[in-house]
Amino acid sequence: MFYREAGQFKTSYTADEAIFPILQDRFFIGAILIVAFGVIPFFIDDYWANAILIHFLVYALAALGLNILTGYCGQVSLGTGGFMAVGAYASYKLVTVFPEMNFIVVILMSGFITAAVGVFFGLPSLRIKGFYLAVATLAAQFFLVWLFNKVGWFYNYSPTGMIVSPPREVFGFLVTGPDAHPAARYLFCLSFVVVFAWAAKNLVRGRIGRNWMAIRDMDIAAELIGIRPLEAKLTAFAVSSFYIGIAGALYFSVWLGTAEPTEAFDINQSFFVLFIVIIGGLGSIMGSFMGAAFMVLLPITMKSIMVDGFGFAVGAAKHAEVMLLGSLIILFLILEPHGLARLWQILKEKLRRWPFPY
Amino acid sequence: MMFFLETVISGLMAGVMYSLVALGFVLIFKASGVFNFAQGVFALFAGLALYDFISMDGWFYELFGFALPVWLGIIATMGVMVIVAWLVELLVLRHLVNQEPIILFMSTIGLAYFLEGLGDILFGSDVKPLDVGLPSGASDYLLDNYNFYVEKLEVVAALIAAALVIVLAIFFQKTRIGRALRAVADDHQAALSVGISLRMIWVVVWSVSGFVALVAGIMWGSKSGVQFSLSLIALKALPVLILGGFTSVPGAIIGGLIIGVGEKVAEIYAGPFIGGAIENWFAYMLALAFLLVRPQGLFGEKIIERV
Repeated sequence: MFYREAGQFKTSYTADEAIFPILQDRFFIGAILIVAFGVIPFFIDDYWANAILIHFLVYALAALGLNILTGYCGQVSLGTGGFMAVGAYASYKLVTVFPEMNFIVVILMSGFITAAVGVFFGLPSLRIKGFYLAVATLAAQFFLVWLFNKVGWFYNYSPTGMIVSPPREVFGFLVTGPDAHPAARYLFCLSFVVVFAWAAKNLVRGRIGRNWMAIRDMDIAAELIGIRPLEAKLTAFAVSSFYIGIAGALYFSVWLGTAEPTEAFDINQSFFVLFIVIIGGLGSIMGSFMGAAFMVLLPITMKSIMVDGFGFAVGAAKHAEVMLLGSLIILFLILEPHGLARLWQILKEKLRRWPFPY
Repeated sequence: MMFFLETVISGLMAGVMYSLVALGFVLIFKASGVFNFAQGVFALFAGLALYDFISMDGWFYELFGFALPVWLGIIATMGVMVIVAWLVELLVLRHLVNQEPIILFMSTIGLAYFLEGLGDILFGSDVKPLDVGLPSGASDYLLDNYNFYVEKLEVVAALIAAALVIVLAIFFQKTRIGRALRAVADDHQAALSVGISLRMIWVVVWSVSGFVALVAGIMWGSKSGVQFSLSLIALKALPVLILGGFTSVPGAIIGGLIIGVGEKVAEIYAGPFIGGAIENWFAYMLALAFLLVRPQGLFGEKIIERV
């Protein structure tokens, strides 16, 4: 009744190619943005910022990056944790070596550095495909984590091997370090995520994105119609690593504040982000957000239900949580292999006809 | 020179252990096209179950008041692995027919999480020393006569692995089910059309790889105790796989040996110069270098692509 595009006429190409061509969608997104920027910062506290909101934003950005590579270009990568580590360590080195540099520039630069590393580790994709490539990207994961563990230069020879993010200001507001206000940190992450989600949406609708999708659907056919696999695959690796690098930089400097490579960037990070992408929906920007929300909220909800609700011991609850997570993932893959994004689409189809489906 | 030989031999023996895990991957991949990430957790789970059957502080002892002898324990664990295989087919694979390979792969990661949690809840997460009567320590004969250090356990592991490969080869080549398995590996649809039950084959193949996991679990468990890190050997087996090719049993064996030797030699001769602990990624780099020359691995089927 309410979600219906009848009567919304488009009189120009620009209107036809808008990201949200339907008026109700625009209202919906606008409302979300207004709440996210205008309401939440006034009510945010440390728990909400750290446990849920910044957590969600960082993983949504990482999932966006992986979705570009895996969902749009079809190259399965298990090196996400390693690339996040590159972003984190790049931001750390930049912040400590150039203390005067604007923090936004620092984050962007770490993205570019990660993109370069990503292109390097994406080179094998020109030769190998499928699971062979997935395993090859594990090489990046293990090598990079080892590198940041072993080479003292990366962590400024700190005796513990940990990196600690020094306090930095953006527009006069402290965004990193223990004294930063949760609202400032949240808004900083949120701005990055919104800008880059918008950029990603436009990127995948344009020529580059179409090239990626052609390569994903059938790379030989794509090559035959004149798409350069080298260019398409490497740009996908570059853009994806850029996103993941920024996510890694935010993860370390804004969210955690301290990091240590073997724990913070291990292979489970890679799997976690891959889960987000698969559960959210391969090849969907919206899906990355829904998947991130799902995967971030699920453990928190399960823990609070099991520990607080039923009084499980924390250890047993941890094991039960791992078990439940595993079975939920399987269940999800069986019920809806195309992810939450597909469910969302089905819901919208249904909504158009509601309440008179015939 | 002697030291180098010792390094190579210990590398070969470690390689055998990797091959054991890689073998399980290859069997499943060939028969069902599933890249089974849970193989390492299978080995862990089998080790935990076996420990439970044969030790004095497991559930089994609590319930029945006695522990099984080792051979009976192994048979019972095999039964458990068959049940796991059957459940996996019934609850997971059956519902995911015709899905994309990556979806199947993700479902096995889910399976790995599930079994890991289940194993921890059922058997506890402490390190369990598995003792099934395999010899341990250095081989006295070689040490006394040739001044040569070789672990007895590793020799036994190599012999058992060889026996396992021979048994599998006979099973695949000579038995009726083995022929059916090869038919399915060759072409699913053709196999279906001559009346081979895919579901039965999947259960069989997952059981067989459960059996391989059990052997791997026993070996690794005797070496360093049954513990969570056992499930991480799956990550060790992956470079072996891409080196040998996903679809080749001899590839898994030879790949394992190459990785084992390469890793040991690199760790000892190149490791000190670049900071050590390189075995985590060296195998991957080695495999990657091979892949750039032969994209299908050493023994994989030639990849033919058509539009």
